[in-house]
Amino acid sequence: MELVLFYISSAVALFATVFALTRSNAAHALIYLIVSLLAVAVIFFLLGAPFAAALEIVIYAGAIMVLFVFVIMMLNLGEEGEERERQRMHPAVWIGPALLSAILLVEMIIVLSKMSDQQTGALITAKQVGISLFGPYVLAVEIASMLLLAGLVGAYHVGRRFRLSEPDDQSAVVSGDDKQGGD
Amino acid sequence: MEGVVIPLNHVLIVAALLFVTGLAGLMFRRNVIFILMALEVMLNSAGLAFVAAGTAWAEADGQVIFMLILAVAAAEVSVGLGLVLQIQRRFKTLDMDQARRLHG
Amino acid sequence: MLQTVWLIPLLPFLSAVLLMVTAGRMPRPLVAMLGAGSVGLSAVVVLLFGMQFMQAPEPYTLTLWSWMRVGDFAPQFSFYIDQLTLVMMAVITGVGFLIHLYSTEFMEEDSDYSRYFAYMNMFVAAMLILVMADNLLLLFLGWEGVGVCSYLLVGFWYKDPANGAASRKAFVVTRVGDTAMALGLLLLFTELGTLQIQPMLDAANNTWVSGDTLPALAALLLLGGAVGKSAQLPLHTWLPDAMAGPTPVSALIHAATMVTAGVYLIARTHGLFLLAPDVLLLVALIGLVTLLLAAFTALNQHDIKRILAYSTISQIGYMFLALGVGAWSSGIFHLMTHAFFKALLFLGAGAVIHCLHHEHNIFKMGGLRSRLPVAFWSFLIGSAALAALPFTSGFFSKDPILISAFEYHGSIAGIGPWLWVGGLLGALLTAIYSFRLVFIVFFGEANTEPDRQPGWRMAGPLTLLCVLSLFGGWFALPLASVFPAESAHHPSMLIEGISISIPLLGVLVAWLVYYQRKVSVSRFTDSPTGNSLRQYWHSGWAMDDLYDNLLVKPFVGVSTLLRGEPVDKVYNGIVGVCQLVHRGLSESQTGKMRWYATSMVFGLIALITFLGWGI
Repeated sequence: MELVLFYISSAVALFATVFALTRSNAAHALIYLIVSLLAVAVIFFLLGAPFAAALEIVIYAGAIMVLFVFVIMMLNLGEEGEERERQRMHPAVWIGPALLSAILLVEMIIVLSKMSDQQTGALITAKQVGISLFGPYVLAVEIASMLLLAGLVGAYHVGRRFRLSEPDDQSAVVSGDDKQGGD
Repeated sequence: MEGVVIPLNHVLIVAALLFVTGLAGLMFRRNVIFILMALEVMLNSAGLAFVAAGTAWAEADGQVIFMLILAVAAAEVSVGLGLVLQIQRRFKTLDMDQARRLHG
Repeated sequence: MLQTVWLIPLLPFLSAVLLMVTAGRMPRPLVAMLGAGSVGLSAVVVLLFGMQFMQAPEPYTLTLWSWMRVGDFAPQFSFYIDQLTLVMMAVITGVGFLIHLYSTEFMEEDSDYSRYFAYMNMFVAAMLILVMADNLLLLFLGWEGVGVCSYLLVGFWYKDPANGAASRKAFVVTRVGDTAMALGLLLLFTELGTLQIQPMLDAANNTWVSGDTLPALAALLLLGGAVGKSAQLPLHTWLPDAMAGPTPVSALIHAATMVTAGVYLIARTHGLFLLAPDVLLLVALIGLVTLLLAAFTALNQHDIKRILAYSTISQIGYMFLALGVGAWSSGIFHLMTHAFFKALLFLGAGAVIHCLHHEHNIFKMGGLRSRLPVAFWSFLIGSAALAALPFTSGFFSKDPILISAFEYHGSIAGIGPWLWVGGLLGALLTAIYSFRLVFIVFFGEANTEPDRQPGWRMAGPLTLLCVLSLFGGWFALPLASVFPAESAHHPSMLIEGISISIPLLGVLVAWLVYYQRKVSVSRFTDSPTGNSLRQYWHSGWAMDDLYDNLLVKPFVGVSTLLRGEPVDKVYNGIVGVCQLVHRGLSESQTGKMRWYATSMVFGLIALITFLGWGI
């Protein structure tokens, strides 16, 4: 019974992902993505990782996706943007990437199928995770906190509204942002 | 409750499918928002693989790594979306093929 | 009085510096006074010094200051004066003063009057340092100093590129010899630990025995320097070209003083050469071959100065022959008399050239006997001395050389008479070419009219040199204490008679051929073999062509080869490949994010393919 639940949620996750990445409307795509994330959360739960499942919902489907929503709202792409996206969606564009991905998938499946028969199912509680996090992985936690802080500062800096009207300022910004550009 | 007994292979194949889907999306979408979404999918699939492996060996490490991936994803998305705003402002488009200042 | 010896080189040096610093802003009479006067004063000091010195003829050393100090090596700036030095100093300042005086008139119309005297004075100072030096390093300073001055003076009229080429040739060819000499100095210093000449010779005598390899090598290297400076075979080719300079320069540098520096060097270090009898024989042979070669060439020249240049080479050949057969003081004696009569000849030639619109070709002169009497008498006396006619100075110096050559008992037995025969042949040729010059230039029909007569400043030195050339041979040089004793000459009357009569025979031949024109050489020179032989001799045995083909052309070839920088081509190639790859890689930087992602996927596929293979 639970095994069937796993396959169902897997299928949901997969299809939701495919839909999310093939929509032309960003908002619709985002809804599909959230569905996919929720499905993955279910899988986590089934696997015996309830803490991970909760985090998946709270942080991924909650916080991160809300960021996307904000940005899409700010950009206000409108109808013509959607139309453009739709025009780009013809086979000539996606057949190549799809082929490459298929090859990669086949390779991975071949590799995975040669693995020994390992079964999941051990329940790992939040307590165990917490002990692990603040025991042997405490350094990783610190680094993660640094990373988040850097992300915060970076997002603030990058998201600032540069005054593009003044040419001097723009050149300064360009030289600051596009150091890699040019030959 | 105990976790469901599922062959690890199957979970990993699901993760691989998700990863490959995200990769394909990354390669063929030109809109930077979709590219970011594809990245999220790929990160998520990696997290799935870790959690599955962790439960298979009854270790907490898998979930610890998953949390680190979450942190990376959060930071990446916040900076990435900030960049999206800048790109929209500077190039008046979200098409990454048009924003090609990195051209050699 | 003896302490004032440092004045001798200092006076011309100061004058040179003064003339250089004022750079031609000094009035001409003052320049002339300073230029000639400083050398004249030097000559006076030499005279006073010599008189004082001869009262107690002991070698006198004056150390001025320590020149440099590198560990144990501390050459002093000091002078060593003995009879040999005194002779050289007297020649340099005496003849030098006469030539300077002559120059004040000869160069009067030149715009670079003061530059000329600056160089000349600098040369005299350097030459004096050369002969007065106590150690070989100081000698080398003077040696290079005269080389530089010679370079500057040969190229004095630098606006003509040919003169520049001549001066470069003179400098570069002598440089070959100088390099050998520098190596010789290094060898002597490493082996004997000192460069001070007298201690060095003593040390050489104590460490080495006659016939060793090391003294032979050192002597050979010094000989290289001497050969370069004294224009002997095989480094003689620069001297005829050096005639591009003003004529008094040729008289002073390329006849009287600098070219005899090699002779002086060998005489000065004779103790070393005595340890290498084979090298000494080589000196004699070089002298002999050079004197014959140069004499044959002089027979065919038509430029008055080139004839004299080849005759100089030939006469220095005699000096080398004298040194080689151990007739040291005869060699130095010939050096002195040669300085007199060759300076006389050059100055006489200068007078002819000066008064004849700068004409150098002897066949365009002629009949000048009555028109330029001063020049005629100078030439007549100079040529007589050059040809060693009896009782001229040249006779008294050349005759002992030939006798010594005849009595030579060196490393190869029985070679002496052959050296003598060669020397006699040279003497015959000398007489012929010198009187050919006299007969062609001063007798016969007049081709060019002189436009002026030499003034007193030219005529005076000529007269004085005439006197010296005639009677200079009556001096007995006080060189006995400097050189090892020479065996007393007891030549048979036959040998003596032949030696005396050969030059007379030469004069007779010249008189018959070039004055009476009883015997025509044109029949011989017009025949194919004769003509080619004439051409061959005229070009100086084609030595220049030989060197050109042997050294210059390969060098130029290599240079042209290297001009394209073939080594750089390799590096440029690397750069080119780098740029090509760079361009390709730069093209791959499309700036499209999706393309980057896709290429990463390709990499990922490849990676999994390879890594997953083993599983």
